[in-house]
Amino acid sequence: MTEVVLDDVHVRHGEREVLHGVSLRLTERRVAVIGANGSGKSTLARLLNGLIVPTSGRVLVDGLDTRRRGREVRRRVGFVFTDPDAQIIMPTVAEDVAYSLRRSGLSRAAVAARVAAELDRHGLADHADHPAHLLSGGQKQLLALTSVLVTAPRLVVADEPTTLLDLRNTRAVADRLAALDQHVVLVTHDLDLVSGFDRVLVVDGGRVVVDDVPAAAVPAYRRLMA
Amino acid sequence: MSPVHRLGAGTKLAALCVCSLALLAVRSPVGAGAAVVGVLGLYALARLGPRAVWSQVRPLRWFVPCVVAVQWATLGPLAACVLTTRLVALVALAGLVTATTPTSLLLAALERALGPLRRVGLDAERAALVLALAVRSVPVLTALAGTVRDAQRARGREHDVRAFAVPLVVGALRQADALGEALRARGLDD
Repeated sequence: MTEVVLDDVHVRHGEREVLHGVSLRLTERRVAVIGANGSGKSTLARLLNGLIVPTSGRVLVDGLDTRRRGREVRRRVGFVFTDPDAQIIMPTVAEDVAYSLRRSGLSRAAVAARVAAELDRHGLADHADHPAHLLSGGQKQLLALTSVLVTAPRLVVADEPTTLLDLRNTRAVADRLAALDQHVVLVTHDLDLVSGFDRVLVVDGGRVVVDDVPAAAVPAYRRLMA
Repeated sequence: MSPVHRLGAGTKLAALCVCSLALLAVRSPVGAGAAVVGVLGLYALARLGPRAVWSQVRPLRWFVPCVVAVQWATLGPLAACVLTTRLVALVALAGLVTATTPTSLLLAALERALGPLRRVGLDAERAALVLALAVRSVPVLTALAGTVRDAQRARGREHDVRAFAVPLVVGALRQADALGEALRARGLDD
């Protein structure tokens, strides 16, 4: 089990305070974060793997403080971004997945085997040696997800991973996320995706204003935005 | 697969270095002509036609007239032609290497070549990563330029250079920020 604790977290960017004192304990396997643009959702997501550290307060992942133990935290927490073009680092598909394993201590052959298996699992095996830019948007996001999963993180945080995708690819990415054994924190605007989740956080104006099961949180969010 | 395609990436890169240095020494019209014939010969050996040559040197089509004009004025017509021919031959030769070698093999060869410099403090892995990112960024920025151009067209501002350059630079910087964040998320500095 993975436990994420936020303890009175404030995040300030210059003059502007983006999060005003968020305290949470997340242990559920599926947690969704919804909220308006600029509400602080993405900042909340980035706190979980130490990409952003709190201005005050602290974030603990399995007891590891993201401020001091960022490296170990990032090894546990995989992060999927909205725009896969920004996340794909290497020119070809297999190389990008292999990049995630560069410090795994595995031999070159073992890395190649692991990469091939992971690409196969996500339906990208035929594209292994293709340049990443020739993939469709949906395939790129699946590649980004594959490159995260190949390191076997305990928690996958996804920041609006389907915002740029069409319906079919949204389903494909959502299905992959749903099928994971890992814990998932999904930030999304797609309210259909959160119905099967254990817990939904509604973020508004830098605070968590609703924290409930989807059947209660989603209607509350709709009322809030009306 | 032509003999040029089959040649190892390291060999091709080394040959490119040697040829570039040799081209620097060329000062006569005869030498420049010989270089052009040599490069075209290599394209033929790689079974690549005139179209492939053109696609490699096409990006120079605005640059070359400017270079010729400046050199014509400062060095005279003969030197201008020799220097420019050298430049075009060199770009075509480098293009031949990239057109016949997978990027991953080129990067692996570079990482091997840079390996010994580790002793003087160079991080070969980091250097190869920078090159990989540069290769990766070309299609991303091309797509960005296409998007900006479309947006410009939609608003009827096709010929406004600033309306093209400003969003392109801003977009490129945002992309760079996002890439930096992704590198950190994937444990680059850990």
